[in-house]
Amino acid sequence: MSTSSRPTTHPVSVSAPPRLAAETCLQIYDLMLRARVLEERLITMYKQGDGFFWIGGPGEEAFNVPLGLLVDKGRGVDHDFLHLHYRSAATLLAMGADPVDALRQMKNVASDPYSKGRNFAGHFSVREWNIVPVTSPIEVQYSIAIGTARAQRKAKGITVVQGGDAGTAEGDFATCMVWASRKGAELPVLMIVTNNRYGISTPYAGQHGYEQISDRGKAFGIQTAVIDGNDPEASYAALKQAIAYVRNEKRPFLLEAMVSRLRGHSSASGANLVKDEIDCVARFEERLIERQILTRAEIDRRRETYTNELAEAAKHVRTEAQPTPESAFDYIFAERNLVGEDN
Amino acid sequence: MATMIQAIRLALHVGETRLGVTDIFGEDVGAPLGGVFTGTQGLETAWNTPLDERGIVGTAIGLALAGQRPVAEIQFCDYAFNTIDLLKLAGNTYWSSGGDWNVPMVLMTPVGAGIRGSIYHSHSFDATATRIPGWKIVMPSNPRDAYGLMLSAIVDPNPVMFLMPKALLRLKGKPSDLLPGEPEDDKQLASMIDAPLGDRSAWKPRWPDVQELYIPIGESRIARPGSRVTVLTYGRNVPMAVAAADELAAEGIDTEVLDLRSLHPYDWPAIAASVRKTNRVLCVNEDTEVTNFGEHLIRRIVEELFYELHAPPRLVAGAHLPGIGLADALEMASVPQKDGIKTAIRELAAHEP
Repeated sequence: MSTSSRPTTHPVSVSAPPRLAAETCLQIYDLMLRARVLEERLITMYKQGDGFFWIGGPGEEAFNVPLGLLVDKGRGVDHDFLHLHYRSAATLLAMGADPVDALRQMKNVASDPYSKGRNFAGHFSVREWNIVPVTSPIEVQYSIAIGTARAQRKAKGITVVQGGDAGTAEGDFATCMVWASRKGAELPVLMIVTNNRYGISTPYAGQHGYEQISDRGKAFGIQTAVIDGNDPEASYAALKQAIAYVRNEKRPFLLEAMVSRLRGHSSASGANLVKDEIDCVARFEERLIERQILTRAEIDRRRETYTNELAEAAKHVRTEAQPTPESAFDYIFAERNLVGEDN
Repeated sequence: MATMIQAIRLALHVGETRLGVTDIFGEDVGAPLGGVFTGTQGLETAWNTPLDERGIVGTAIGLALAGQRPVAEIQFCDYAFNTIDLLKLAGNTYWSSGGDWNVPMVLMTPVGAGIRGSIYHSHSFDATATRIPGWKIVMPSNPRDAYGLMLSAIVDPNPVMFLMPKALLRLKGKPSDLLPGEPEDDKQLASMIDAPLGDRSAWKPRWPDVQELYIPIGESRIARPGSRVTVLTYGRNVPMAVAAADELAAEGIDTEVLDLRSLHPYDWPAIAASVRKTNRVLCVNEDTEVTNFGEHLIRRIVEELFYELHAPPRLVAGAHLPGIGLADALEMASVPQKDGIKTAIRELAAHEP
């Protein structure tokens, strides 16, 4: 992993990533494929009227799967806190989430474990794994991450916060860098920017005068790197190194991963396939075939199996109960300090 | 007798030594200053933040999610307006996560006029705060309530906003309202817990052995009993309304002043009982009058207690102005004053259906 300062309009491979063992490649690929199939199912559900809105992360799987595999999953300050965004389904799956739960949130049924039918698709929340609720307001997670990181200064866990490139224009991104880099009060926070070069319709150059987002970290003395987030092996290696740095040094790290946005911003722009972007799943498949880890027939079979599984699951989710009107009044105030029981 | 700001400081001391408070923070909250109103002098867990209100509120949310007990300060509520989406998040996290995450944080901030604070040290926040569901909102009018409400705020598993009426922060309580364990001599208390002027690098507070006292959130207090007119108010306007009521007693008008203490949840049973008794109601607060919390109370009173009323309910509130001007005459004309409250009570008392 090395830093880069050259202009980047397309994902780049900064350095040749180390090859991962066949078994690890297979594990990552399988999760990437499951995540991709999940997003496709969610989009289908939206198009069939089984949900009001879709937003998600097709095009970020090669980065988000390694992230989910490498974090220290658990509850409380001795495990990693994750402040994710609404393109993080692949991270959830890599951590062991049931994809059917994402369908439940899409269909806003009462059994949706993330929000009980209250929030959009991709707005995850799993206290058991320190995944704090994903928010629709962009970038607020970078201000909130300061707090969990501060609570972890003497703990084993670190804080991981992730967002897109456009959102870094919000003040919260600078806030996170200011608070995390104060001399003698540095915070163990891994700041991740998945750069897909768009904010809805506004291209990167339309709002950023600097070449890379991560260049901003340098002014704060924060370690930075730019990687090809479409390459799962490069992502895995970079994340492993960055996580180890934050965990051992108790200091911030800013990691920028160049990724694709294969279905546009959200269902608001149609969620149709974008043809001129790198498809990380297809590219990894070619690599696995070339290395003779998988055959095209095996790939096709897997895809068909996962697609059928989720199609069946979606049928079942369709029959699950919607929240009752009275349930809107549940969970306004807590009676117990649930989060205080975590440590 | 402790002042309100000393009472808050004592409550925070109890919080950090006995109730699990882990972090007390904000701009100039830590040493050497200990808060621009001295509310955090000498506290073990107080620390200074960057000048960044969004960072302060975000950090408090994050600390709370990580199981800590943060008390954050926004130096003046006038500077909290750029944090409103984060305040909304703190208020909706338990709900939006379907009961997965609660957010046990306290946000304290000085509010209101009365110190000739000009446009950006005079804002009220109660109308804005009560528009953010998921928060409990309290506002004391005396040191004892400030102490007891802060302790209740600290142990509450939800976000609690503690609005500090800045014009009352340096006023002492009544002798009958001594905090449990507080020295009777206020000079002795000051010598124990107020930081000295000048170099205070070697100074350490000597904390009195104050005991816990919880004022329940949601419970009002009759600041002055009466039978003819009810005044519903909180914070700075409580002593003002009591003074107005005391003066009107000479005219034979017996006024009840209800100190709400909590704006959310608010004490509807006590409000309804008082209105049923007096049949005449006046709401008083300093926030701007359009979409004002007093308007909400009046709406509910009209809907639920219409046939109890002998006069149209009244609101005396801040004028709907873009700011509170610095000059004495401008401030006086912008927020409720005792004479205006007296006039409104007098008119209500005289009104017959």
